[in-house]
Amino acid sequence: MKPLMTDWQPLWLSFRLASVTTVILLAISLPLAYWLAYSPRRIKAVIEALISLPMVLPPSVLGFYLLVAFSPSHGLGRFLDKWLDVRLVFTFPGLVVASLFYSLPFMVNPLLSGFKSLPPALREASYTLGKSKFTTLVRILLPNIRSSLLTGIVLSFAHTIGEFGVVLMIGGNIPGQTRVASLAIFDEMESMNYSAANRYALVLFLLSFIILLVVYLVNHYFSKPQPLT
Amino acid sequence: MTQPMIRFEADKTLLTSFGKQQLEIAFELEKGQLLTLYGPSGAGKTTILRILSGLTDIRSGRIDVDGETWRDTRLKINVPTRRRSIGFVFQDFALFPNLSIKDNLRYALQKGDNNQLMEELIELMELGPLQDVRPAFLSGGQQQRVALARAIIRKPKLLLLDEPLSALHDDMRHRLQDYIERIRRHYELTTILVSHDLPEILRLSDEVIWLDKGKIRQHGRPEIVFPSHSLNPKIPGI
Repeated sequence: MKPLMTDWQPLWLSFRLASVTTVILLAISLPLAYWLAYSPRRIKAVIEALISLPMVLPPSVLGFYLLVAFSPSHGLGRFLDKWLDVRLVFTFPGLVVASLFYSLPFMVNPLLSGFKSLPPALREASYTLGKSKFTTLVRILLPNIRSSLLTGIVLSFAHTIGEFGVVLMIGGNIPGQTRVASLAIFDEMESMNYSAANRYALVLFLLSFIILLVVYLVNHYFSKPQPLT
Repeated sequence: MTQPMIRFEADKTLLTSFGKQQLEIAFELEKGQLLTLYGPSGAGKTTILRILSGLTDIRSGRIDVDGETWRDTRLKINVPTRRRSIGFVFQDFALFPNLSIKDNLRYALQKGDNNQLMEELIELMELGPLQDVRPAFLSGGQQQRVALARAIIRKPKLLLLDEPLSALHDDMRHRLQDYIERIRRHYELTTILVSHDLPEILRLSDEVIWLDKGKIRQHGRPEIVFPSHSLNPKIPGI
């Protein structure tokens, strides 16, 4: 009888991809959301539309364009390959870059809503007290949008874990390198290996539920004002 | 003759509920004086405070405070808000919800400042029992006292008060008027107050500017600007 063995590699790869993507997204999205919230420039409407595109586009459209862009036979891919020795097609770094595009709105939009929900007088009061924009961001704005921060982090992580179309096109489903859990489920289904598919699916299902439950519980806690420090 | 503490000259287009309106204001104010800006909504009172603090820019003009030029459109000088020595009490107080009352005050301290003035203000404003509480749990009057203490803690050259007492009932209002008066005299603060309340204006002001549609309608001592209301304070022109 065949022993019940689970290859944990796809799950580990999914978590690694989601963690790396979320950390980089946070670093990119904070200044981006801050600029979108407070800049008076009209071009930001165009930037906002571009950021939100992955929410409405079929993942295959994004995957196709990224595949073309990263391909060593085209401009950007050729440049990266020739001058920086970086190949993004069918590699883990390529998955990370694709995931950054794909999950960007799930980090930027909650942060943007958080910044916009704060009364302008909070920022202005901080400036009148002699504080810089950076100090105001770190000491006043971020602590007051912590539920938006948490939402952005969790949604980006969970959304990256759930990617399928983009990672299939950019990653190519290479075991141990780009075969993440969502692809592994599909593979096992194709091979009619339903119990293995079920194990991957169950882990993703439970994990996603627990993550969202924690977010809602923590956000309920944050939404109540705390009387004492 | 003494040099005025503030020289203000500004021109700006205001967008009000009545449409576009030109703000054209010039005034001077001596050190330690309290000037009240009075007038109907949309006259430009809050805008003047925001221009002084650098939160709103002007089309043309010049602002000098205590010998320093904070804004000069001709010479392209524009000192950023954080470098202007001001204390601003916003109409809605703008206390930081994530910080305790004591931390709201501590946040306003500059590097090297000691806590002595903070402790003094906590005592003067009767904030002792509230130090570790967050702003959401304070009454309007308590929040107002914290906002005032926070604005003063930097010992600013200029204290700007935007209708800070408008939402309070009479008893609290009178007590806080006393606070403002005591603190202003104690720290010799040059103050600009926006107020609609005539008894308050007559009680606190050294000078009044009555604004209407972005222009100065009258400027002078309160008993000159409101001669017939000094004894019978009924709000005119609002």
